[in-house]
Amino acid sequence: MSVPTDLGAAVGVAFWGLAVVAVAAGVAVFRVDSMARATYALAVSFVAVGAALLLVGLDYVGLVVVLMMVMEMAVMGVYMVMLMGMNPALMPMSMVHSGRRAAVLAAGTFVVLAAGALLVPWPERRGAPAPDTVAALGTALMESTMLVMLVVSPVMVATIVAGVALAVPRGRYDRLGDDLRRRPADDPQPGGVGR
Amino acid sequence: MTLEAVLVVAAALVAVGLYGALSQQVVVMVMMGLELMLNGVILAAGAVWWFLAPDPTGQVLLLVVVAAMTVEMAMGFAVATLLHRSRGTDMTDMAADLRR
Repeated sequence: MSVPTDLGAAVGVAFWGLAVVAVAAGVAVFRVDSMARATYALAVSFVAVGAALLLVGLDYVGLVVVLMMVMEMAVMGVYMVMLMGMNPALMPMSMVHSGRRAAVLAAGTFVVLAAGALLVPWPERRGAPAPDTVAALGTALMESTMLVMLVVSPVMVATIVAGVALAVPRGRYDRLGDDLRRRPADDPQPGGVGR
Repeated sequence: MTLEAVLVVAAALVAVGLYGALSQQVVVMVMMGLELMLNGVILAAGAVWWFLAPDPTGQVLLLVVVAAMTVEMAMGFAVATLLHRSRGTDMTDMAADLRR
């Protein structure tokens, strides 16, 4: 049974609008003179891509992309203010190296990828989407592809541990010595009762 | 709206992100370039899912990409914090001596 993949003219118009917003906001990330604005631009690009995913029935993933990226860009904005040490909304900036070489490489990458997208004889669609894609995804995660979730979960925990291990100013080896036997611990600010 | 059209838009996002990842000096801006590249990957994967094989497994793959994005951001922020503490900078150029 052949399944129509044409989503209609209105969806096409909506997609192209979102596509222009996504790419234009992506370009703006590296063109604006403010890190705060760059963060907002990247958030806009992600929201546009999330909305485009909603157009093709990826309800859950599209919503996750929008929600996660808005929060992630908020964190990124905080990091920019912390690390830059200046008012990020006011300072003009151009902090690039090898800009011309990077632009040539990026343009070449786009030409290769776009040529691949346009020239590859894509196969016919196999199967039809489930009536409720969110329910189908939930069922798949709890049944046939549960191993994926079982792997992703410890990876996330490992990320938390590794992130803290990298970012912490003084770890347990700094406090307790190489063999962890130093007593009392070498803390710059002693704490606890009676110390 | 065809698969080819969506893939061309995704290619544009990947290319812009690649430019940022290669050219930016600030670590957080490099991360933004990588994020933009992953943005294009998500869009392309979503289109391939819809136009070629719209079964739930493709959605699971997309969730894995989103999870990879989260890991990249978390580790990137941790490295940026470590770099700032050890070198007092947030620029990639001044982190070259980490190679020693």
